[in-house]
Amino acid sequence: MKFGVIVFPGSNCDHDAYHVVSKHVGQPVDFVWHKETDLSGFDAVIVPGGFSYGDYLRCGALARFSPVMQSVKQFAAEGKFVFGICNGFQILCEAGLLPGVLMRNAGLHFICKHVGLKLENPDTPFTREVDPGKVLSIPIAHAEGNYTCDDETFAKLEQNGQIVFRYCDENGNVTPESNPNGARSNIAGICNEQRNVLGMMPHPERACEELLGSNDGRDIFRSLSRSIAAIEAAA
Amino acid sequence: MKAKVYVTLKSGVLDPQGKAIQHSVESLGHRGIADIRQGKYFEIAVDPEISESDARSSIEHIAADVLANPVIEDYRVEIEA
Repeated sequence: MKFGVIVFPGSNCDHDAYHVVSKHVGQPVDFVWHKETDLSGFDAVIVPGGFSYGDYLRCGALARFSPVMQSVKQFAAEGKFVFGICNGFQILCEAGLLPGVLMRNAGLHFICKHVGLKLENPDTPFTREVDPGKVLSIPIAHAEGNYTCDDETFAKLEQNGQIVFRYCDENGNVTPESNPNGARSNIAGICNEQRNVLGMMPHPERACEELLGSNDGRDIFRSLSRSIAAIEAAA
Repeated sequence: MKAKVYVTLKSGVLDPQGKAIQHSVESLGHRGIADIRQGKYFEIAVDPEISESDARSSIEHIAADVLANPVIEDYRVEIEA
């Protein structure tokens, strides 16, 4: 099993993701510079957070044209796992790997704080190890995390169980007050129909050790690792 | 030849930046400002040997594929000789 962490000019959560995979998941991981196109040998790629291309034009809009993204699309089409976090989520939306778009936060501010997350779909390769009854405490750090999509897309997301995480209060209630950025229906993370591509605005890689205030993010990475192991065992 | 591309939020898409600008404008004492929507404007210089119709076709593609996100934005292309 091997993880890849894509590095764009301006990525700044790449080392955090690398650290979590190597230390807390205990699996091999390599950085993949955005000009590379060969993803053979990887089972999952993480598109990390940061400010790829300085957020020019729109967040994620220019990273989408990096050579590696064509390979990431192919990789996803082959059913391999793609995990976009924060700017990575924005990039996956811009690239059309996930529906919708992340707009400017409704309150206009950059928000950096721990939020409550409710797991809406425990039956994905990214969430099987996550306790469905637990309110996850995971930090957000973004100015453009206001998820939006048209009504038709939203209906499909709901119908297919593609809404994976919603912002909630400490008791797990999905309320307008617990929505930090104005995201439609408190959406914090979604997956594609095939469930091998996940994007989320909160940073689980920053919530993997008690010292940092929460280790609720670990189970997401461990789910992914177990899902890859299960595929390997079946092969 | 020059192309101008205007990218605007679709009607119905909330524009908190436009609203914040509107509030500032109103705080300056301007009255009767019903709404402000923020957009993006691009000037694209096109080599003179390219025909106007080819230029329009290219710029339309550039606007649709890169400059605007069709989920939330519309665009308009103007070509100036």
